[in-house]
Parts: sequence; C-alpha cells; structure tokens
Amino acid sequence: MTVQQVNSFRTGPDERGHFGIYGGRFVAETLMPNILELEAAYAAAKADPAYQKEMDFHLAHFVGRPSPLYFAERLTAKFGGAKIYFKREDLNHTGAHKVNNVTGQIMLALRMGKKRNIAETGAGMHGVATATLCAKFGLPCVVYMGAVDVERQQPNVLRMKMLGAEVRPVTSGSHTLKDAMNEALRDWVTNVSDTFYCIGTVAGPHPYPAMVRDFQCIIGNETREQMQEAEGRLPDSLVACIGGGSNAMGLFHPFLDDRSVEIYGVEAAGHGIPSGQHAASVAGGRPGVLHGNRTYLLMDADGQITEAHSISAGLDYPGIGPEHAWLNDMGRVKFLSATDDEAVAAFQLCSQLEGIIPALEPAHALARVFDLAPKLPEDHLMVVNMSGRGDKDLDSVAQFLESKKKK
Amino acid sequence: MSTRIEKRFAALKAEGRAALVTFTMSGDPDYATSLALAKALPKAGADLIELGMPFTDPMADGVAIQAAGLRALKGGQTLIKTLAMVRDFRKDNDDTPIVLMGYYNPIYIYGVDKFLVDAKAAGVDGLIVVDLPPEEDVELCLPALKAGLNFIRLATPTTDDKRLPAVLNNTSGFVYYVSIAGITGAAAPDASKVSAAVARIKRHTKLPVAVGFGVRNAESARAIAAGADGVVVGSALIDVLRANLDADGKAGPNLIKAVTDLVSDIAQGVRSAAKMAAK
Repeated sequence: MTVQQVNSFRTGPDERGHFGIYGGRFVAETLMPNILELEAAYAAAKADPAYQKEMDFHLAHFVGRPSPLYFAERLTAKFGGAKIYFKREDLNHTGAHKVNNVTGQIMLALRMGKKRNIAETGAGMHGVATATLCAKFGLPCVVYMGAVDVERQQPNVLRMKMLGAEVRPVTSGSHTLKDAMNEALRDWVTNVSDTFYCIGTVAGPHPYPAMVRDFQCIIGNETREQMQEAEGRLPDSLVACIGGGSNAMGLFHPFLDDRSVEIYGVEAAGHGIPSGQHAASVAGGRPGVLHGNRTYLLMDADGQITEAHSISAGLDYPGIGPEHAWLNDMGRVKFLSATDDEAVAAFQLCSQLEGIIPALEPAHALARVFDLAPKLPEDHLMVVNMSGRGDKDLDSVAQFLESKKKK
Repeated sequence: MSTRIEKRFAALKAEGRAALVTFTMSGDPDYATSLALAKALPKAGADLIELGMPFTDPMADGVAIQAAGLRALKGGQTLIKTLAMVRDFRKDNDDTPIVLMGYYNPIYIYGVDKFLVDAKAAGVDGLIVVDLPPEEDVELCLPALKAGLNFIRLATPTTDDKRLPAVLNNTSGFVYYVSIAGITGAAAPDASKVSAAVARIKRHTKLPVAVGFGVRNAESARAIAAGADGVVVGSALIDVLRANLDADGKAGPNLIKAVTDLVSDIAQGVRSAAKMAAK
C-alpha cells in the first residue's frame, strides 16, 4: 500500500477521539461522565509541569529509566545484514514496558482522588505493573485476568498477590484478555464514583488510546536520543509486536513523521492466519466496535467477536489499538505476523545468542526481524522493541516444545 | 404520525397506570421457544416488549443476561434471525411495541442503512443500543430517527442535570432510567430514590420514563411503578427461563408457563400501584 500524504501522522485524535474512522467513545451512559472527567483531568495534568516532573522522578528512580539501547552483536553477525538494536524495556522494574503507562495513570488516579484501582491483564505484565504502583502508593488494587491466562501465567499471578493485589479470575466468554476487559468495565460501571480504571494498552474509549500512547512515547523518545548518540543518526527501521499495541505505539509514534524510518508491527499469527486460530486483527479481521472503540476486530459474519489464539497471552486479544488501525490504512505502518512456532524459535535463538530471554510477545517481533535483517545492508539500523522479559513464559515454552516432540 | 410506542404510553396514561416492559433474549434458548414466549408475553401483561439482540461481549450486562446471549448464539441466533422473529411476531400482533436492545457491533456489521430498512419493515418500533452514548449519535441514532424508529436512551444515576439535556436530546419514545450504577441483574434499587430520580428527569422532558434494573417481583415492581411511567423487568424473567432448561440446555415443558406466570404476577404489581396512585 502506498503511504497517504498528510502533513503529520502525529496530530490525532480529534476532539471526539477519532483517528480517521477509528477510536471514539462507544461506552454505556453510566461510564460517560467518568470518561469525560478523565479526559479533563488528564488534559490538566498534561499541562502541569509539576505532574510531569514527579512522573520523571518515579520513572528514573523507581522504574529505572532510561532503558538501554543495546546492540545485539551476535544476532547481527548471524544474519549478516542490518545492525540489530534492542530497546531494553525488559530491564524496567517489573520486567516490561507496561510500567511506563501505569506510572502515569496511577499518578493521575491520585490527583483525581480515586480510592480504588482496577485493571485487566492478559500475560500479567500490566497486572503486575499496576499491583506494583498501587503497592507503592497505597491504593487498593483489583486485577481481572482470564481464567485461561491465570493458568498459563502463574508466576505473574503470584507476583500480583505478593504485591497485595486481588486477582479475580474471569470465567465469562472465552476466559482470556477480552473477557477480563469486559469484567473490568462491568466493575467500573458498578463502582463508578470511587474507582480508577487503569487500562493497559492503547485501546478502549477516548482518551485511553491517546493517553496510554503519550505515557509510552518515552520509549521512542529515548530511542531517538540514544541512536543519535550511538550512530549519529536516526534508525532506518523499527519493529515491535502488537497485541493491543502499546509497546509498538510508544516506539513508533515519535518517528511517524520521519519518513525515512520504515515501521513494522508484528501481530500474532498463532497456528497460522489460514487456520483461523490466530490473534492478527489487521491481517484477519475487519473494522468493528468493541470495548469503547472502533478498530480492526476478529469476528464472524454476524458481528460476533471470535476468540483469538496465540501462545503469547499478551497478544491473545481480538482487537488492536485504533491508532494502529488508522496507521495501517494510511500505509504508514506495515503489518506483518509471526506464528507460535516462529515466535518460540526466535525465543530460543535470542536466549542462546544474546543471553537475553525475551518475553513471547517481543519474540514475535524478533521472528520477523530474522527475515528482514539478512536482506538489508550492513549500515541499516534496525531497532526492535524488547518489550518484556521472558521468565513468565518458560513453562509455556517448555510445554510447547514437549508437545512438538510427541508429534 | 405517532409510533406504536407513543400510542401505547398515551393509552396507559389515559388508563392511569404504568407500563410493564419485559426483556427477553431473542433466540434463548432457541428460535421457536423464544418466539412462542414473545407471543405469550402480551397476554400475560407485558405492555411493551424488549427483545435482546445477542452479543458475545455484553459489557453492561450481569451474568444472567450474558448467559442468555451465549445460549442464543449457541442456538444459532443472528441479527437476521432476530429481525425474522419480529416479522413472525407481527403476523398476529400489530399493536404491542417491540424494542430491540443490544450492542452496536452486530448492527454495524449488518450495515446501518440496511438494518434500519429491514427493522422498520419487520415491525420494530424502537432501538436501545447500550454502547452508543449521545457522543456517537451520528452512527445510528440520527439515521434511526430519520427512518421513523424511536431511539431510546439510557439515563443513569451518573447522568447529572448538566448532562441530562444532552442525553435527552434526540431521545424518543421513552427514557429508560437505569436505577442503579451497575450491571443488569444487580441489587434492587431504593424505590424512594428512584421516584426522586424520575421526577428529576421529568423536569427536563415530556417523554415517559421507564425504570429498569433490580426489578424482580410484584412487590418491587409495584414500588417502582408508583413513581414511574414504566417498569422494566429482565434478569428475573431470564432466571426463571434458565431454571426451566433441561441438562442439555433445551427448553423444558413448563418454560413458557413459568416465565409468563412471573410476568402476570409482576403485571398485577404494576396495576395495583396504579390503584394506589388513584386513591
């Protein structure tokens, strides 16, 4: 697809929360006053230097930012093409990029005087980050997690509980991330006056997609400076995995108007797109309305949402953030996908060549890097968002490899 | 030209009593049972019928209605079949208003323009779409009004006086007051608070106000009816329906009688409130 000509890709959303036809505020009336209150509170906080200063302090001293931009020397040598850099979000406190957003939202919750915090989680990284910040600031925390995910991400369940959060397993629908989000929305509808809903990705009703993006943009902003320092110029390409798409948006957004930078988002293809068992909303879905926004969704002919499948709990969601949907249609971000098999192979290779055990989510991005990099010249600078660490996935990967052996 | 909904509320106002609005899920647990139930509801005392359009992800519904929607989908219900059910209902009932209630995505995928034409032709009178607040009126509300359908909006305890005019603007037929901030099937509301809330809404509109959420029996219906133009009952009916399914989820022999018995009982509650009000 050719890239559409616009003055800037960074001006969205409009005042009604739309990125082109995507986004919006498709929520029950009970929540509308809250959404409007949040929008106003976030606008005020954003304009307040004291809020930004406090956030910077916590990001530096509690989260450990800036995260390094690391040259993956042995992977680069193996593929003999582009220079591969990792943006090391896995080194953040709590082990993933999720904490960048949660720090911003919990500080906003405190400003707004909210007494209770809720969150949904898939792989558990957003749940752990939320439980962590709630522990630090003394807020009660309830995390909704699909029963299937509770099973496959036990280490994160234990971490959340140790941090004092209540983990509520969700047994409605397909028992995964989308159902956890439904339950969190039901909780919010019920406890509307005192509760802050900390959404973990660049999806949901306006202002969440824009707000979460803003908090995650620190990833791309740091990358720009660090690449300048390392190589004296901009990167040539960016690659990140996409479930809802917050790590990808954080890396991509600051570079959207640098037209020389090629941008790739990698969705989870599960057992392969033709199998129908995947989580690739752009490759295998179409525009629809769910969880407060219009975006690409997996659904049947009647508009019923279908179950996503991915070995990675963090990508196992039938939708994608609305700004990604728009960037796809505009041709600015190219969407690719990687299967369970490819992600596990990349997981192993990265562990063994770089001494970094990646989360299964960025392992999807790595799988495509391994095709892209060899075809590119040696002076091509490629940045992969290493969005999280893989300790949580060791059981899933071991079981996956065991089941392959039996076949 | 006034719609069936407007005519029905006007007639009941003349009678001096509140309307009983029932909610059941179309296709729950199967098309034939659900249609037979819908046809039996007016005789049992339902003045308006809300038919749920099942959706996989009903974010404002409690467990009873979530499960009803999933049963319907498992039974093969689609939006096409829901419209067919309304056509079948209209074959021998031309005056009971029918309101379709659900979420936007199935309508969006069906195609808004085609849906409005087909719904009107089938005999649908109004729509309640939970995830379309006034901020999204261009999507469906405005086209629906233009097509001659009522667009019924939810007002909630969180809809304050500042926001009410925006919610009431473009609302037609009646206003559905959700009596608690919460999901369907939750605890019963405090009747005195409800009548105060209805009075507050009535200061902003001439439309009838029907109250839902938490109505479970004749007694709670009577209490609500005393202060409102309509009482909506849903989860309580669906609980009875579910209790009359066999182990395989198929309709048991007493299902329709059990549900309509509860409707008759609640209708008595609504009507006795009118007598009390008349005194």
